[in-house]
Amino acid sequence: MPGASGKANAYPLGINPAFLLAAVFLIAYPLFASDFFTFQIGAYSLILGTIALSLTMLAGYGGMVSIAQMTVAGFAAYIMAILGTNSVGVMGLGWPWWLTAVLAILGAALLSTFIGAIAARTEGIYTIMITLAIAVAFFYFVRQNYQIFNGFTGFAGIKPPTLFGVYWRDPTPFYYLTLAIAAFFYFAVLYGARSSFGLGLQAVRDNPRRVRALGINVFLHRVVAYFYAGIIAGTAGVLLVWFNGRVSPGIVGVDMAIDILVIAVVGGMRAPIGPFLGAIAFVLLENFAIDLIDRERFNTVIGLAFLLVVLFSPDGLLGIWRRMESRIRLPRANVRWGGRANRGDWHPAGSPERT
Amino acid sequence: MQRRTILILGIVLLTAALLWMIFAVWPGWLIDAIGRKKTFVNTLLNGITLGGLYFLVASGFTLVFGLMRNVNLAHGSMYLLGGYIGYEVAEATGNWFFGLAVAFLVIAVSGIALQVAIFRRMQGDELRQTLVTIGISIIAADLMLAVWTGTTYQFDTPEALYGAVVLPVISVIKSSGAPVFIKYPMYRLAVLGVAAVVGIGLWLFLNRTRIGMMIRAGVNDREMLAASGVNVHFIFALVFAIGAGLAGFAGVVGGTALSIAPGEDIRYLLASLVVVIVGGLGSVTGAAIGALLIGLAEQFGLAYFPTYGVVLTFLIMVGVLAIRPQGIMGTR
Repeated sequence: MPGASGKANAYPLGINPAFLLAAVFLIAYPLFASDFFTFQIGAYSLILGTIALSLTMLAGYGGMVSIAQMTVAGFAAYIMAILGTNSVGVMGLGWPWWLTAVLAILGAALLSTFIGAIAARTEGIYTIMITLAIAVAFFYFVRQNYQIFNGFTGFAGIKPPTLFGVYWRDPTPFYYLTLAIAAFFYFAVLYGARSSFGLGLQAVRDNPRRVRALGINVFLHRVVAYFYAGIIAGTAGVLLVWFNGRVSPGIVGVDMAIDILVIAVVGGMRAPIGPFLGAIAFVLLENFAIDLIDRERFNTVIGLAFLLVVLFSPDGLLGIWRRMESRIRLPRANVRWGGRANRGDWHPAGSPERT
Repeated sequence: MQRRTILILGIVLLTAALLWMIFAVWPGWLIDAIGRKKTFVNTLLNGITLGGLYFLVASGFTLVFGLMRNVNLAHGSMYLLGGYIGYEVAEATGNWFFGLAVAFLVIAVSGIALQVAIFRRMQGDELRQTLVTIGISIIAADLMLAVWTGTTYQFDTPEALYGAVVLPVISVIKSSGAPVFIKYPMYRLAVLGVAAVVGIGLWLFLNRTRIGMMIRAGVNDREMLAASGVNVHFIFALVFAIGAGLAGFAGVVGGTALSIAPGEDIRYLLASLVVVIVGGLGSVTGAAIGALLIGLAEQFGLAYFPTYGVVLTFLIMVGVLAIRPQGIMGTR
């Protein structure tokens, strides 16, 4: 399923055909898809998937369900509008795009670190509560604040640059840009999970007390995880503001924050491909649910889907896929999907360390 | 011992200063520094009454958490639904108090239904329970929007609580020498009274009754309580009913003091979250302290630095988390 590249060669059984197929499909997608499908469906799914990936990384590997990941992405989007150029006439310092983009990502990472430092002192459901409170407070703050964040209206007219003769908001280039960034973070998370930091983080998730007893700094591991998650979410936030061309409080509202959680949970938090599956399902539903039901009741559909997944398949779509797979070919499935003991071994095929 | 003396001394001095600011006629330099006295006293009273309202909402939230470790993120939706139901009933019957009672009962029953149908099935799986409540709140918000649309509803305040009271507080003395007294809406003072009554009632219920004793025992050790032959499911359902019912109750009380509209669910959910994070999860006393702090912070923020008002609330939360992660009255 994942958009794997040549790395799959390292897999002892040879190239997994599913990976190759997915990679070829993703790369060739704009050739046969219409502009609408390339931009509104493809690129948007990848952006939402990347934001949800940052949550999956925190929740799946670190056991910290943060609702504030959309806030982090939205903050990056706001920085782009404030330091860069916008058409509203408030702020808009007009700094060059590469500088604002770097600062936006760094700013988002710092905000995420700050949120992490507040939330990481507590555990489990406390984290949800605190990050939700932060997300809502940030939403009310940007809506009230007209001096910097231009309040209710927010900013418009934020454009990506024209570089190498390509205008990066055209559907096909923008799609490839998001694909490249999403793939980069996808592999970064896969790789990171096998690094000593990633293993430490998973140990913290499974048993913080034991890890603490071993002399590993639990708090620091968590906060650093938030920093990395902030880089992922912040980069996606930059893409998001280029995609929308505008940014307003709605983007950091509770609805969007919960949508990211829905995407991550519905996709499945046990592997980094989950959020992308969830994002595709979400965006397709968002665009085509109108044909099935009233556009107004979209949230009911999303809420129901979320509720059903939480009630009946806590592993999300990925869990359903896994159960189907193990039913079809049991022996191999056992090898690929170990028990809880080695939850870190999510995708042996994607591991660059196995040569 | 030393620290405690300093703390008590500080509290006494602060209270004295506050009392002076309320009852004395302000000298010119103070008015120059922070504005008119009327604004200050009104903000203070608004903050306290808002704190009372927040306490009504958050006490149910914290009660449910304390016993069941269930973070009910649909609590805000229950508040809003209570407000709508109370409004409909009050409009239909013309009796505000009847609307209040029906809102309490209906939301309490919905709380029992949730507990029996869903939460009992996933006992002990806190994260999943929390996710379920998020799903419920998404659906509830959308369905309420479908039924009651985006209009803002305003209750008619009951006759008995209508109008303003003249407080024995002088704001300024006119040039003619006649003192001007500060007036305040009767209804808001009633909200404060109701919050106090509910708070004391809850305290008595938890500390002076047999069932309250069982609940406290359940907070400390759920398994042991069940092993002593108490029907834990009954206790859980009861607590959930009270917690949810209080949210519905607060929906009518708060809807009358302010208004009911979509989005209020999130506002009160945030208030409940911050109040219990600050006050300490599971502690009713903590909820009272937290509610007062947050109510005051919000109103003073609104009055004195409008565009940065939320930051004050946020800073209180961060400050408490930094010093006491378990909250002011929390135990861990």
